[in-house]
Amino acid sequence: MNHFWEKNLTEIREQLLLMSGLSERSLSMAMRGLVNRDETLCDSVEAEDSQIDLLEIQIDEMVITYMATHGPVAKDCRFMLAASKISSNLERIADQATKIARNAKRLNQEPLLKPLIDIPLMAQIGQEMLRDSMTAYVEAKPDLATEIVARDKSVNDIYKQLARELTSYMIEDPKTITRALNLLTVAKALERVADHVTNIAEEVFYLYKGEDIRHERGRKAIV
Amino acid sequence: MNATFETRMDTLPQAARGSQQGAPDTSDPMIEIDHLDFYYGANHALRDISLQIPGHQVTAFIGPSGCGKSTLLRCFNRMNDLIEGTRIGNGQIRIHGIDISDPAVDTIALRRQVGMVFQKSNPFPKSIYENIAYGLQIQGVRDRRRLDEVVEKSLRGAALWDEVKDRLHTSALGLSGGQQQRVCIARAIAVEPSIILMDEPCSALDPIATAKVEELIHELKKNYTIVIVTHNMQQAGRCSDMTAFFYLGQLIEMGKTEKIFTNPVQKQTEDYISGRFG
Repeated sequence: MNHFWEKNLTEIREQLLLMSGLSERSLSMAMRGLVNRDETLCDSVEAEDSQIDLLEIQIDEMVITYMATHGPVAKDCRFMLAASKISSNLERIADQATKIARNAKRLNQEPLLKPLIDIPLMAQIGQEMLRDSMTAYVEAKPDLATEIVARDKSVNDIYKQLARELTSYMIEDPKTITRALNLLTVAKALERVADHVTNIAEEVFYLYKGEDIRHERGRKAIV
Repeated sequence: MNATFETRMDTLPQAARGSQQGAPDTSDPMIEIDHLDFYYGANHALRDISLQIPGHQVTAFIGPSGCGKSTLLRCFNRMNDLIEGTRIGNGQIRIHGIDISDPAVDTIALRRQVGMVFQKSNPFPKSIYENIAYGLQIQGVRDRRRLDEVVEKSLRGAALWDEVKDRLHTSALGLSGGQQQRVCIARAIAVEPSIILMDEPCSALDPIATAKVEELIHELKKNYTIVIVTHNMQQAGRCSDMTAFFYLGQLIEMGKTEKIFTNPVQKQTEDYISGRFG
């Protein structure tokens, strides 16, 4: 049976999906702006960021109103907590897309330092992780969420390898430093995107299983 | 045999009897229920209930109307004995390890140890002082100084002293609903029980009076074991350490309150506490 208040939950879920769609589109536009050296696309990313910021505020308002007026418990309570945290992470993903777009505009002023292989790969993995995390959220698939958490490591590995490579460029030729640093900033932003998606996946797991798997590796190390 | 309950009570450590001193002993269950079946005539009201209520904690009983939570609460001081046609079919309730279903148990001594506060405040049509002193007076206490001490201590314990100390000899019926309920709590603790049963103690109170009683419950658990029946889920969440969910006379789930209200094991519990049935 559907209860009248469940429309609030549906509305929050729909707003989150809209937000994730916009965040993913921003990321995609920022990457195309970089790869295709398209300044217009980069500008569009910056313009859309405020819409995503507004959605975060709206979702938090809906969450706080629901918590204050309905006193949710159990899964409803976890849903509200997860909604607030997921929206916060989506907003940060959009911020990273903006950062990529800004750096892309700088990089597009000069010749490519190296062929763009690793960075598009990181973006592709991050975008797939984001899509899958929202699928796990909508379709209640906590197992998919844990699998996404495991994928974060591959993005971290690519970032470390790229950082080493760019460092060697800078050591060999100081004239490459500006471009290398801009590329490194883009790579770091993509590494952060994967971290934010990991956070979302952990929230999805908590939502459906009621177990907190954040910082699990750290916890295991302590135990 | 009438002395059984009394005698055993005398051997209990002070902490288990609601002492004002020392660290409360929460290690042992205060109330143990084993496979309890209870009947109102042919109506099988409680079915195979087994649970343990820890000492010096607040345990909340929740569940839809008619699920048996108040019936179980009244079993703890044998209030159901007063209802014709009721009987325990199987099982046992032990308080401090003593089987209270034993017909030889002195129910007056039992009810002195297991006090009760009801849904609607029910002060006697007497003064505030007399309401509190009544329990001791019927035990034969006549020493005025002792009665004064107990009245003050009980009213302080019920967080009511400062509000009524200047009008102790006026009628308790002239107090507000929240104050009357706290008089009833003071009356219950005046005879130094070890357990206080509360059957929806705040359902007739406004939010401010409710907050005062809830604060009081939180304070009282230092010295008493409290079992509360409530329909208010947020009250159960705020006040209790343990929560038990009943449905159709059965115990569905019992656990730490934070676990029950964040991640219950049983779907029925989840559906009830989130308002999806019941």
